[in-house]
Amino acid sequence: MSISKIIILIVAIALIGFILWWFFGKHEEAVGTANVDQGVQEVNIVVNGGYSPATVVLKQGVPAKVNFDMQDSTACLSHVVFEQLGVNKDLTKQKITTIEIPTDKKGTYNFACGMDMFHGKIEVK
Amino acid sequence: MMKLSNIQRFWISFILSIPMLIQMIAMPFHWMMPGYNWIAFVTTTIIMAISAAPYWKSAWGAFKHHNANMNTLVAVGTSVAYFYSIYAMFTSREVYFESAAYVTIFVLLGDAMEEKMHNNASNALAKLVDLQAKAAEVLRNGEFVKVPLDQVKPGDTIRVKPGEKIPVDGVILDGSTTIDESMVTGESMPVTKKKGDNVVGSTINTNGTFTFKATKVGSDTMLAQIVDLVKKAQTSHAPIQNLTDKISNIFVPAVLIIAIITFIVWYVFLGASLVSAILFAVSVVVIACPCALGLATPTALMVGTARSAKMGVLIKNGEVLQEVSDINTVVFDKTGTITVGKPQVTNVVGDKNKVLAIAASLEENSEHPLATAVVKAAKEANITIEPIKNFAAIEGRGVKANYNDQEAFVGSDKLLTDINISQEMKSQAVQLQKEAKTVVYVGLGSDIIGLIAIQDVPKASSKQAIAELKEHGLKTVMLTGDNQNVAEAIGREVGIDQVIAGVLPTEKAAEIKKLQDEGNKVAFVGDGINDAPALSTADVGIAMGSGTDIAIESGGIVLVQNDLMGVVRALEISKKTFNRIKLNLFWALIYNTVGIPIAAGLFMAFGVQLSPELAGLAMAFSSVSVVTSSLLLNKTKIAGTAA
Repeated sequence: MSISKIIILIVAIALIGFILWWFFGKHEEAVGTANVDQGVQEVNIVVNGGYSPATVVLKQGVPAKVNFDMQDSTACLSHVVFEQLGVNKDLTKQKITTIEIPTDKKGTYNFACGMDMFHGKIEVK
Repeated sequence: MMKLSNIQRFWISFILSIPMLIQMIAMPFHWMMPGYNWIAFVTTTIIMAISAAPYWKSAWGAFKHHNANMNTLVAVGTSVAYFYSIYAMFTSREVYFESAAYVTIFVLLGDAMEEKMHNNASNALAKLVDLQAKAAEVLRNGEFVKVPLDQVKPGDTIRVKPGEKIPVDGVILDGSTTIDESMVTGESMPVTKKKGDNVVGSTINTNGTFTFKATKVGSDTMLAQIVDLVKKAQTSHAPIQNLTDKISNIFVPAVLIIAIITFIVWYVFLGASLVSAILFAVSVVVIACPCALGLATPTALMVGTARSAKMGVLIKNGEVLQEVSDINTVVFDKTGTITVGKPQVTNVVGDKNKVLAIAASLEENSEHPLATAVVKAAKEANITIEPIKNFAAIEGRGVKANYNDQEAFVGSDKLLTDINISQEMKSQAVQLQKEAKTVVYVGLGSDIIGLIAIQDVPKASSKQAIAELKEHGLKTVMLTGDNQNVAEAIGREVGIDQVIAGVLPTEKAAEIKKLQDEGNKVAFVGDGINDAPALSTADVGIAMGSGTDIAIESGGIVLVQNDLMGVVRALEISKKTFNRIKLNLFWALIYNTVGIPIAAGLFMAFGVQLSPELAGLAMAFSSVSVVTSSLLLNKTKIAGTAA
């Protein structure tokens, strides 16, 4: 086995290790909070290869709007689905899609892309 | 960058790739396009910038979040092929620009097609909303004026002319007509309506003019509730998806690792050339399709629930759908479910006037369907109803009260303990019961003075529906508070397998539990008003609607129409939808488990090999085929409906 092949083998093993660590290791996630303005809380979620932030915390009792800012032009993230709310919105029709979230009760609303590959949640506390 | 749709990107890229296509076709004839490398380099670079860059961008966004998806695979596949080819070009090696270009083109085509079909699948719902009328003729200051739909308030008097849509839900005040309610109930025959009948918003008035009082508007209307229910069902989860969720979490990183291993095995251990090892690895990355797995359930759920809603069958969520596939027993409530629910007095034994007078006086305040029948019979015979004192209901058995200073009672044979009844009356009661008539005993003091026979006829469709359920291998059971003889007579008439009679209303849930404990998976069909505990105890609760009120809370499946054929349809469409989900998942899994090894070159020994372009084509069509399969649910035959 030539030196170059041994080097490639080592690089490949390192790469596999990196993939395992990067995708399956524990990583801190950003949590977004809403800005309250004139009795309405609003929060922006950027859609680009996922949702950032993927977790949003809202205050109970304040009417809430969640704005999905579509920056991704692939089919994967074209829809956002809130299972509990029965919402299935096409994000590609306009740049920013606003979804109103009921905040009368505490709880968690999960959302996902149309193919259920990307997930996020909105917590009402 | 200007905004291009997937399909526009596809066409631009496709046209740019034509020179590479010509070269591919000419290859076997040993013809080389002059300056091919440069042409391929320039066109592929443009294709990458227009069409592949969005995937790269999305993949990078996902990567930063420690996420990976289909875009990651497309991005890795195309970028490896593209950048290797640039390197190869400047070091005078063979280039593979066409791999990068065609993978991108095929993936785009797949995305565009899938997007279009996905829209078709969710369109059914939009059509339901479109059914709404836009305006209504409302009585304002003594005159009928046209106002927009959102200004109609409950209590408004509304006029509807022939051919117009009924704007909101309400009750007819004046006039009669026939109404086409097929959009809500799935029943194609128009229904005759007169004063006092309920009308449903968005149904079509055919021939008469009438006025009605609006009772429900906006989001309270039946159509709005149906749309809401279907929306929730369409976005719901089926438990089977837990499997795909688990797989999709590890799918993409796993494929990347498999690709690296493929490369290493070919290049380091099998001594393949660098370029063919790269091509194998790229094929692996490109052929893997997590999308087919992810789309399998939601698309089928979307089509299945919308299709069933059109037939007047509202399925609440994916979980219910999955439960239905395991059902082996269907339990029916008798009154109002198998039977019409409007019982009538057929015979009176004893002194007719006296018996009816006592019975009607006691039953006047009861809402029990049998009581209504007795009171109606008394009124028809012009018998005066006397006031009574000390009225008391005996749960599930009957009522008692003081009638002309004597204790009187009306009820079932459960009241018969320490009461005298003549042998003759006893045998008459049994005779009547065998004719499928419910016998009510009327007593005064400690003697039975008469019998009232009441009959509730089965609905016209009950027999056929039960026969069809049996044909599907389901056991049918009837649950009733009625006497055994009556219940068996009705059971025979409609062909039911088992009759459980003499069940108090509060015991229905317990009877269902008993069937479940025997290892059965039970569906319960009831009218949703007093059957709530039984509906929620059963594995699948099927609530029969009573025309305008949908008992949404009580059942997993709600039938808009009060007809047992709806049960057959509900079970059939649920099973078909769930089978389609299973088929989709099976196909998606098989595709990946067979496709990846082929792409990795595992079958090279048999001469089976996939180029990255072909892998891209296969990937695109695997997700398109899953969506197509779901859309085909619209075409399957369901009992009693045209596809």
